[in-house]
Amino acid sequence: MSSPASTPSRRRGKRGRGSNPPTPQDARSPPSQKRRTDDSTSTGDLQPMPTSPPADAQSPGAADALFSSPPQFRHSAIPLDFDISSPLTYGTPSSRVEGTPRSGVRGTPVRQRPDLGSVRKARQVDLHSDGPAEDIVATEQSLGQRLVIWGTDVNVASCKEKFQRFLQRFIDPLDKEDEDIGLDLNEPRYMQRLQEINMVGEPFLNVNCDHLRSFDENLYRQLICYPQEVIPTFDMAANEIFFDRYPDSILEHQIQVRPYNALKTRNMRNLNPEDIDQLITISGMVIRSSQLIPEMQEAFFRCQVCAFTTRVEIDRGRIAEPSVCKNCNTTHSMALIHNRSMFSDKQMIKLQESPEDMPAGQTPHTVALFAHNDLVDKVQPGDRVNVTGIYRAVPIRVNPRVSSVNAVYKTHIDVIHYRKTDSKRLHCIDEETEQKRFTEERVEMLKELSKKADIYDRLALALAPSIYEHEDIKKGILLQLFGGSRKDFTHTGRGNFRAEINILLCGDPGTSKSQLLQYVHNLVPRGQYTSGKGSSAVGLTAYVMKDPETRQLVLQTGALVLSDNGICCIDEFDKMNESTRSVLHEVMEQQTLSIAKAGIICQLNARTSILAAANPVESQWNPKKTTIENIQLPHTLLSRFDLIFLMLDPRDEAYDRRLARHLVSLYYQSEEQMEEEYMDMAVLRDYIAYARGYVNPRLGEEASQALIEAYVDMRKIGSGKGMVSAYPRQLESLIRLAEAHAKVRFSEKVETIDVEEAKRLHREALKQSATDPRTGIVDISILTTGMSTTARKRKEELAQALRKLIQSKGKTPSLKYQQLLDDLRAQSETAITKEMFEEALRALADEDFLTVTGKTVRLL
Amino acid sequence: MPCVGDWLNSPLSIVQGIFAQNVANSDWEKKVTEYFNEKLKENNATNWVPSLNDVPVHYLKPNSLVKFRCMVQDMFDPEFYMGVYETVDPNTNARVLHFGKYRDVAECGPQQEIDLNSSQTVTSERQTFYCVPVPGESAWVKEISYLTEPAYISASQARVSPSTSYTPSRHKRSYEEDEDMDLHPSKQKEQHMGSGGDIHGCVEPKRLETEASAGHHVIAPNCSPPLDLNFPLPGEKGPACLVKVYENWESFKVNDVLEVFGVLSVDPVLSIVNSEERDSSGLDPMECMDTAEEQRVHSPPASLVPRIHVILAQKLQHINPLLPACLNEEESKTCEFVSNFMAELSPVRAELLGFLTHALLGDSLAAEYLILHLISTVYARRDVLPLGKFAVNLSGCPRSSVFTEHLYRLIQQLVPASFHLRMSIESMNHWRLVPRKDYAANRLVSGLLQLASSTSLLIDETQLEQGQLDPAGVRNVTALGNLITWQKVEYDFNYHRMEFPCNINVLIASEGRSLLPSDCQVHLQPQIIPPNMEEYMSSLLTAVLPSVLNKFRIYLSLLRLLDYSISDEVTKAVEEDFVEMRKNNPESVTADDLHKMLLVARFLSLSAGQTTLSRERWLRAKQLEALRKARLQQQQSVNGNEL
Repeated sequence: MSSPASTPSRRRGKRGRGSNPPTPQDARSPPSQKRRTDDSTSTGDLQPMPTSPPADAQSPGAADALFSSPPQFRHSAIPLDFDISSPLTYGTPSSRVEGTPRSGVRGTPVRQRPDLGSVRKARQVDLHSDGPAEDIVATEQSLGQRLVIWGTDVNVASCKEKFQRFLQRFIDPLDKEDEDIGLDLNEPRYMQRLQEINMVGEPFLNVNCDHLRSFDENLYRQLICYPQEVIPTFDMAANEIFFDRYPDSILEHQIQVRPYNALKTRNMRNLNPEDIDQLITISGMVIRSSQLIPEMQEAFFRCQVCAFTTRVEIDRGRIAEPSVCKNCNTTHSMALIHNRSMFSDKQMIKLQESPEDMPAGQTPHTVALFAHNDLVDKVQPGDRVNVTGIYRAVPIRVNPRVSSVNAVYKTHIDVIHYRKTDSKRLHCIDEETEQKRFTEERVEMLKELSKKADIYDRLALALAPSIYEHEDIKKGILLQLFGGSRKDFTHTGRGNFRAEINILLCGDPGTSKSQLLQYVHNLVPRGQYTSGKGSSAVGLTAYVMKDPETRQLVLQTGALVLSDNGICCIDEFDKMNESTRSVLHEVMEQQTLSIAKAGIICQLNARTSILAAANPVESQWNPKKTTIENIQLPHTLLSRFDLIFLMLDPRDEAYDRRLARHLVSLYYQSEEQMEEEYMDMAVLRDYIAYARGYVNPRLGEEASQALIEAYVDMRKIGSGKGMVSAYPRQLESLIRLAEAHAKVRFSEKVETIDVEEAKRLHREALKQSATDPRTGIVDISILTTGMSTTARKRKEELAQALRKLIQSKGKTPSLKYQQLLDDLRAQSETAITKEMFEEALRALADEDFLTVTGKTVRLL
Repeated sequence: MPCVGDWLNSPLSIVQGIFAQNVANSDWEKKVTEYFNEKLKENNATNWVPSLNDVPVHYLKPNSLVKFRCMVQDMFDPEFYMGVYETVDPNTNARVLHFGKYRDVAECGPQQEIDLNSSQTVTSERQTFYCVPVPGESAWVKEISYLTEPAYISASQARVSPSTSYTPSRHKRSYEEDEDMDLHPSKQKEQHMGSGGDIHGCVEPKRLETEASAGHHVIAPNCSPPLDLNFPLPGEKGPACLVKVYENWESFKVNDVLEVFGVLSVDPVLSIVNSEERDSSGLDPMECMDTAEEQRVHSPPASLVPRIHVILAQKLQHINPLLPACLNEEESKTCEFVSNFMAELSPVRAELLGFLTHALLGDSLAAEYLILHLISTVYARRDVLPLGKFAVNLSGCPRSSVFTEHLYRLIQQLVPASFHLRMSIESMNHWRLVPRKDYAANRLVSGLLQLASSTSLLIDETQLEQGQLDPAGVRNVTALGNLITWQKVEYDFNYHRMEFPCNINVLIASEGRSLLPSDCQVHLQPQIIPPNMEEYMSSLLTAVLPSVLNKFRIYLSLLRLLDYSISDEVTKAVEEDFVEMRKNNPESVTADDLHKMLLVARFLSLSAGQTTLSRERWLRAKQLEALRKARLQQQQSVNGNEL
């Protein structure tokens, strides 16, 4: 089985030379060699001939594992893809994983990394004639430290040493990642990771390439350019350190290093032939994943006649079935034994570039990924992932019948590391990607811009320039785009504080409300646009449906969930039906969405700002009515909007004139002028993204005072007239607005000017929407209770008047309903409707003063 | 013509020549494009190149130079190919360098093998577009572009048979047909048409034959179910093409109309290679990364979907063959053409107005608006707002389908591309309007609304009956609404949607007010009620001289492309006017109305060939709007009385 004799025959040096960059191709060797656990090939020992005596003899445990306890090896008993005959192993056998000391002794088997070398088979095409001689010469000439891997400038020993130094010494206290919980940032980061591996037993070491780059630029470059050679070296280095430290540790297999966050490429569109065989990181969305493909690595044949067994490797996707049994010379007697053949897991995944990366007017690109072993089934369609892997190009197989070849290569990426940008991590990831997205100059430019005194006005002007005036509304939307700071009060039991600002626009039809919504929807990366008319509750939230392919129930998310961390624009808010609207209650305050459907009960994050537009019920805004009466929305919902703006058609000559000029200019302005403004939109987008990602203002002392004062003032206004004009919700709104305004200035601290502007805007919005049309006084209770305080007071007065009237009638047990109404009408100077009268009666009935039965009123 | 045949018939040998001369330096690619650029610039050389739009694929010589007027329907992933490769003769060890550009298959001699690992190999990148003929292209466009020289070129230059490659088609003709043709030279041309542009109305025996042979390919054993060629509109025919672009592919967008010149590749090897792969896919997991569907879509049989390796590609501003392809001012010929036409603009306009008035049953106001509508185009976008769109809702149309049907036929005769969308509950529920990404086949499945820029879309609401729209129907109606209001279509990418801006002229014919939004509603007031609508409408077209019809076509296409401005003076006047109007009655004139008036004024000026707004035009625009509104009000009150 593990006959070492077979090894020399395999040393054909099956390797091809890639077009760019040339890499040595490893051929295959029997598994026994892969699992060679020869202690003599320990670190530093350079053994030119790796054909050592049967190693299994020294590690019976491992041998047992291979043959008697397959479960332990169901993944790992895969031949390693490093050929002993490769110059790599020749020069530095210890640099290969199989050479790791003690691995076999301690029962930690080596595991093949198909992610690093699956291209090999295709590459070795028709090159059998090239003897290994030259390569051996090339590498054997210098067995010392100057030895490099053929075709690269990688010196295995120094590379390993550098990486070990990196692992042992790398400290970056500033760089905090979300997985770093429990890590001491002042200690070497990766040593702590190794400790974690020892405790958890997951033998994967994720290495951030950014760290490596800051530690050793050259090593990083080598990793990017020759991942196929460098990563195994890293593996080995990591294993050496690990088993030095934790000699008793037993892992499922040896540690595999998984680098991620290579800066090579961010965008799928930038991939080009130069990236072939290099380590790249791209982001995208999984659109399709194949079934698990058991890829046969080695076929096991047994002779039907004499039971002689033999193993045959897969060569270019084909198995060369032995036609003659070597033992008994019977022809066609060898049969494939599936159970004893070796397979590795593989999965094909299609990744599509994320919608944000797509240039306008083009269709998205896709790229094929191959995931191996552990990484199989790690991602589902719809997931957004950052993939680190090796980019491959494979020529389409030569057709045996036709002499010509299809001149096109097939490309794919062998996945080494996935990083899901899922909802849990979304916040952190966003920051990270944002960081990468902005170039230094851009950041400088944005910062420069933020220092301008009038930045707030400038940005407000840049917002939807085609919509005329409505400056305060634009400012409000601008603050909404920036949002407040996210606060976490979970430990005090209140949960998250909403940081998102919700805005409602209402007003006459044709006042470009929809246009504003469309603009915002186009501006923000995660904007959703729905119309209240067409959307149902499920369209907004989520629905459960049967996937046509897998026939499983899947949750399809609606607009609110999709716009998590974005803005959900809802047009025709008033046309929404009751049940749909009720969904919004939870979303707008708790920022979550609970679903209980078809056995799926869950709570989804919906940290979305809502920008809604509503038309008045009577098609034209009635200035004699309150907001509530005009748009007929429940006050419970209205009070959840931080700002409610009225967009009315102002009747003013100067305004008309300016509007006319503005519109006329739209109709002849040249393309260039348009272009300029378009540029502004890009700047605006970046500005907002940067501020959202980086600026997290906190309330300053002064600002807090100012806020308190503002709140107290607001309450005072009302209290003088016996009504409340502010509630804690309004205070929260003020804080959010002030924070957003601080963000506009890129300021880490909320200052008084922010509070001032928040106050002003809030007042403006209130003035427009919460003015009692009867008294002209700003009254927040219109929004919070749906009825102005004056109206309530009037009701009370009427009840008192009625009581007095009844009492004045003396001791009568019952009164006629109509009679009483007439009396009251005669007495009062204002008109009294039947409804008002009934309300007064009801109020008195509540006080147990009287009861109403039919047409008679009885006193109690 | 010396050596024309050379670069037309075997462009690859020319490339080979240039390649051989410049092997050492890498700029041979540039030299190749330069060479062909030069060649095509020579007097009308572009007309020598056979067009895939006119000539069936099987009449074209493989590896010859062809042109194709098409719309980018989908963009596939970029592919890496062997830009330069080396072949080895295993016996003699002789090595030869080849280029892989403009080819699908890396060729090598019978005794040679390709050295895949040669250090000389250069891997390059190219982009594949899936292109279809311009959807809804009117028959006259095809006819004229095939039959005549572009109109601006003097007719004296007789048309020479485009290239030798087409001659085989003659040999294939039966004897009787040849005789027939001798007798009727005009018919000969029609025959050409028939065999090429399959859309031509009349079915002739000849055409049946070619169709039958085309059909034969479809039922080829390799692909048992017929391949969906993914045309946006139903009933479209013509070749779909895989266009391989080597340069500047970032500049092309989905739905762009292109004219490409390139090497036709119909190598049967392509199909064989694919079928081979499919056979072995079970064995070799490396090869099965694409599903069978994807294979079918991305490498269809070359006989059905030929490949064009682009040497030169240009975006077309318009597809009207009566106009010079590129309307830039530098070319004197173009200038001359434009100024000549502008000189006789007003009679053409008057005639067109008369023609359309007849077509709209004697309603001249509606005809006026129809002209404005037909020359409208989205000339800019202000953040989200498309400027220059002018969707007209022609209400009050007779309920008989005859009227709209004929109105469409008429419009079809005037504009280069159009589509008639007959709205009904059934069709709205079942049609696919919005393109959708099919991830299994990895392609964009086209929808009715995937139309090229400046296509005319006539939505016929008169046939709409009472009924209920299902969710798909609601989505379709929403998509139509979005198209009209924002001039964009949201393509469905399953996990997300993507907006694609478009520029489509939407005309809605309805009985009452349309359920779709529109920029302006014109109520039709028929002056004549013809006893036989069918006869009346069809007689209209026959009454127009072809030369006049051509003038109409030029008129409508040309005016769209003109620039327009408003002077400060007029701006002031408009301002005053607006303020004045608002003063009298603020309810009656809103910002929206001003928008409309400005639009009408713009197109009114343009329709008269004026590129600036004059005071008179502004007044006329106001007057038109007032007339239109008065009509609507009148209509409303009539309806109110009825109720």
